Amino acid sequence: MNKLRRIQWDALLMPMVGVVLSLLAWQLVSGRVVQKVQPDGTMEEVKSGLVQDLPGPIQTWEKTSKYIVEPFAKREELDQGILRFTWYSLVIVAKGYAIALLLGTPLGFLLGLSKNFSKMFDPIIQVLRPVSPLAWMPLGVVIFANSGRSANELAALFTIAVCAMWPTVLNTAVGVRAIPQDYLNIARVLKLSRTKTLFKIMIPATLPYMFTGYRLSLGIAWLVIVAVEMLTGRIGIGNFLWNEYNNGLYTSIVLCILTIGLVGFLLDRAMSLLERRFKSAI
Amino acid sequence: MSDYVEISNLSKVFPTPKGPLRVVKDFNLRIRRGEFVSLIGHSGCGKSTVLSILAGLSDASSGGIILAGKELTGPGPDRGVVFQSPTLLPWMTAMENVMLGVDQVFYTASREERRQIAEYYLVVVGLGDAMHKRPAELSQGMRQRVGIARAFALSPKMLLLDEPFGMLDSLTRFELQQVLLDLWNRNRLTALMVTHDVDEALFLSDRIIMMTNGPEAEVGEILEVPFARPRHRKELLENPEYYRLREQLIEFLNTRAYTLKGQTPGQGHGPGPGSNTITMVKSMMAAEPVSRS
Repeated sequence: MNKLRRIQWDALLMPMVGVVLSLLAWQLVSGRVVQKVQPDGTMEEVKSGLVQDLPGPIQTWEKTSKYIVEPFAKREELDQGILRFTWYSLVIVAKGYAIALLLGTPLGFLLGLSKNFSKMFDPIIQVLRPVSPLAWMPLGVVIFANSGRSANELAALFTIAVCAMWPTVLNTAVGVRAIPQDYLNIARVLKLSRTKTLFKIMIPATLPYMFTGYRLSLGIAWLVIVAVEMLTGRIGIGNFLWNEYNNGLYTSIVLCILTIGLVGFLLDRAMSLLERRFKSAI
Repeated sequence: MSDYVEISNLSKVFPTPKGPLRVVKDFNLRIRRGEFVSLIGHSGCGKSTVLSILAGLSDASSGGIILAGKELTGPGPDRGVVFQSPTLLPWMTAMENVMLGVDQVFYTASREERRQIAEYYLVVVGLGDAMHKRPAELSQGMRQRVGIARAFALSPKMLLLDEPFGMLDSLTRFELQQVLLDLWNRNRLTALMVTHDVDEALFLSDRIIMMTNGPEAEVGEILEVPFARPRHRKELLENPEYYRLREQLIEFLNTRAYTLKGQTPGQGHGPGPGSNTITMVKSMMAAEPVSRS
């Protein structure tokens, strides 16, 4: 009992200590403005510190608190609460992610089921997989250039989907290949039809692998959003970050980075809870 | 009386890096309708290979099998297979696992009738209270009960049992042998069981086929088991004849399984010379089950 309490306490305390230490380190390396007496007797403000233009934690809070305190406020198009920006980004990520899953899962099944299909397309997948979203984005813009008003959104969805689908494709393929022969023998002995074999045996047997793929894909989809918004100018957290950088408001960059990280972390947690549910169901 | 199952000149050759390896050579066996036959022999004597060819999961290199007047080509639900590991689908309940086959065989029956068939067999094997549990919630023995119920529920022409109790502890094994025997007594399915347990073979079978060592395993000797049915383990164990037959089986396995093949008895107990082929067959038939519970 005592030990259990200590473990829970540790689980809470230790991360806190880590946060405090990180904040301290951040404060130490960040720049600050100090009053300096000039030789002619006047006072002047000069920057000092290891990284002079990096805002420290206190300064960041002072400058960005309005985005945090009213997270859903909409003052102007480019001046909105941080969670409102995040919401815009999440919506587009969700759409792109859905496309990635809808394309990636069947593709993974084909790769896992057919050796020939795998031989044909696996090399191409391996080549396309490491391509950065920054490289896909212009292609997306070109492909959907004639789509009128939605061209921008389609290009964004294309980039997210094409970057995020690979873990789903590959994990599904691995999962299909790993279906125990015993399970397939049951299908053979009972002479199950192809559809029945697929839905009663292959898909359930592959689910845990598929969900690992889905979780990794979601991480990538969220990772890509900043690049997509920077290039398309769609309103969202990535776009906000880029604008504030261009306006020299470096405190907002830090805020955006922390928000993006936190949201990514929460998404991953949610997915891994879902994943565990599916694994324990099996 | 005509033969129900006719296995003629069955051979199985596996290609290996060292050239073709003949695991089973000219295996001949006739089984009467309603007869329970056991194949016994050392590991690697090809008895499981014969069974998996019968199940249609492996192709014969030559020879053929006739079941109820029809030549077998490939697997089908007219043969109920009980594997060594129960191979239940882990995402389905015991009931759903049995239903998967019942739906397939009795597709003309109503859903309710099919459910009753599955339920009947699950109750008979003693899983009345556990039929809605998933395999992860069942003990190894209970899972094998589901495996037995699944095979019987198909009302197959023939029952194929591949060391069905090999993975169980001895107490559970006794229990399940009884379950199997009780169920078998109800409908007397023609059965072929592979085992290396002498007592199991004597308790369950009408006839025991002793196989010589592999490679090129053949039928060595055949033992008729004269005990009346229904059998009771206790009566059997009090019967001096039981020990005589048991002695004969052990004697065969210890010496003649070797000498008939021109080998020296006792050379390497346990896995016989052909055990590498058994691993091959197993890996072909059944990639190791991934436990995901």
